[in-house]
Amino acid sequence: MTKIPMRYCPGCGHAIVHRLIAEVIDEFDIKERTIGIAPVGCAVFLDEYLNCDMIQVAHGRCPAAATGMKRVRPDVIVFSYQGDGDLAAIGTAETIHAATRGENFTVIFINNAIYGMTGGQQAPTTMPKQKTTTSVYGRDPKIHGYPIKVCEMLSALDGPVYLERVALNKAANVLRAKRALKKAFRIQLDGLGFSLVEILSPCPTGWGLTPRKACEYVDEKMIPYYPLGVYKDLTQKKPT
Amino acid sequence: MKGNEALAEGAVRAGCRFFAGYPITPQNEIPEYLSWRLFEVGGTFIQAESEISAINMLFGASAVGARVMTSSSGCGISLKQEGISYMTAAELPCFYASVVRGGPGLGNISPAQSDYFQSTRGGAQGDYRVICLAPNSVQEMGNFPKLAYDLADKYRNPAMVLADGLLGQMMEPMGFTFDFIDVDKLPPKDYILTGCKNRKRRIINTLRMDSDRLEKFNWKLYEKYKRIKENEVRYEERYTDDADIIIVAYGTAARVSIDTLVRGREEGIKIGLIRPITLWPFPRKIINELASRVENFLVVEMSIGQLIEDVQLAVEGKAKIHFHGRPGGNVPTGEEVLKAVKQALK
Repeated sequence: MTKIPMRYCPGCGHAIVHRLIAEVIDEFDIKERTIGIAPVGCAVFLDEYLNCDMIQVAHGRCPAAATGMKRVRPDVIVFSYQGDGDLAAIGTAETIHAATRGENFTVIFINNAIYGMTGGQQAPTTMPKQKTTTSVYGRDPKIHGYPIKVCEMLSALDGPVYLERVALNKAANVLRAKRALKKAFRIQLDGLGFSLVEILSPCPTGWGLTPRKACEYVDEKMIPYYPLGVYKDLTQKKPT
Repeated sequence: MKGNEALAEGAVRAGCRFFAGYPITPQNEIPEYLSWRLFEVGGTFIQAESEISAINMLFGASAVGARVMTSSSGCGISLKQEGISYMTAAELPCFYASVVRGGPGLGNISPAQSDYFQSTRGGAQGDYRVICLAPNSVQEMGNFPKLAYDLADKYRNPAMVLADGLLGQMMEPMGFTFDFIDVDKLPPKDYILTGCKNRKRRIINTLRMDSDRLEKFNWKLYEKYKRIKENEVRYEERYTDDADIIIVAYGTAARVSIDTLVRGREEGIKIGLIRPITLWPFPRKIINELASRVENFLVVEMSIGQLIEDVQLAVEGKAKIHFHGRPGGNVPTGEEVLKAVKQALK
């Protein structure tokens, strides 16, 4: 990581995940081979915090850029870091198609069920009854439709090798998140294919909650709707 | 060779090793050809899920140093606009081909020149320019990719070929005027991302929140574009010395206008021709000079009037400008343009 102080809100999950990624990269000693892709969203400044080659890409298009990079330079380690709007709204097609092509890179999906950077609008992962600035009475499936469950959706494709959903609301989950990230990078290093780690992340500012309450919100509201766990893992042999 | 195929082969010979694109008529031969040809030279071909995805694949592939290409038509080029702007802001080279069909909307699949504004004024955000080359023959279709790549790399900017459906589909004898490029011998790029081994890490980020910083960057682009305007203008000039009227046309309209020129000269009408080869940078100087001594210009284009605005700017009111347009996918004939010449000279 660089020495630049992070500008994230108190209680934001980004700071935790940045640290986990940096640890994974250092533990594999791959900093000099790694290129990170920053999204549009609060993490647009990712390049200021992670001290490796970095590129910021148009909204939603990280998986396309990653595809271009890995096909030309398969030896480079590439990860994309995206929020819910980037990955599941404007970038839905790029996400699904990179996954189905089985491109050999790692997607880190920060799911905070809201659009943080632009002030708290509804996201594709905003849950029913959750209030946002563009659904002030709460998300109503009759008007706003239903959320997208990314891990579940991608698990229907043959392309992905590893899909897991984790959360940051308590220490045990943070450790589990790190294990998942490490596994995802391991899969890329082994040239096995596409991996995605979905990380349920608190957004105190977007949700109008204190950091502590935001962690409770992840626990009480998000995890029941977006169950944690492994949704696909081709590295595990099927039990006979 | 067919125009589209010549363009594709020319790109490969010029060092293209990554293509991403999406089918759209009348340029499908380009991705089809490259789907097997790139494989032969150790390159990558991807049929992307959309033109948006394709241009962003180019963004990534160019950022790691490859000579990259995409191609499309009309609405597909519209979809690529944001990505093109990003590449100018990141100062990344790329090459793309626009094989124009009738528009607006879904239009039709017949040749047109109604994307001149899209190509030279751009439909994307910011103060950027794209180097725009306009071939008028299969020979030029095959050889312009080399020029495009050289200019794109030299100036770290996207460069495009603007063709039309007729150029893409027609077949003519042609020959490549350059040797097959050895991509390993191309000059190294000191701005690409490769992993930060043995060097300081690099960042490509087009967000420049501080206004002073962004202003400085925009002036940097201004200076770059100024250098391109000074050094890279290209055009063809025919029979302008004694001309009473000069036709300005590019691409297929220029091929037709050459026919008009020959017919007219046989009848004693002193027609000259300026065929811009670079639409941006536009050959303003030569047209301005000619406007000092030639009273009439006839702009011939397959649109309702886009090239004509650049001609008006170049002429600076010093001469009369007439217009002959055929939009919607129709191609003018040499005879009808000759009628327009005669009408203009009345």
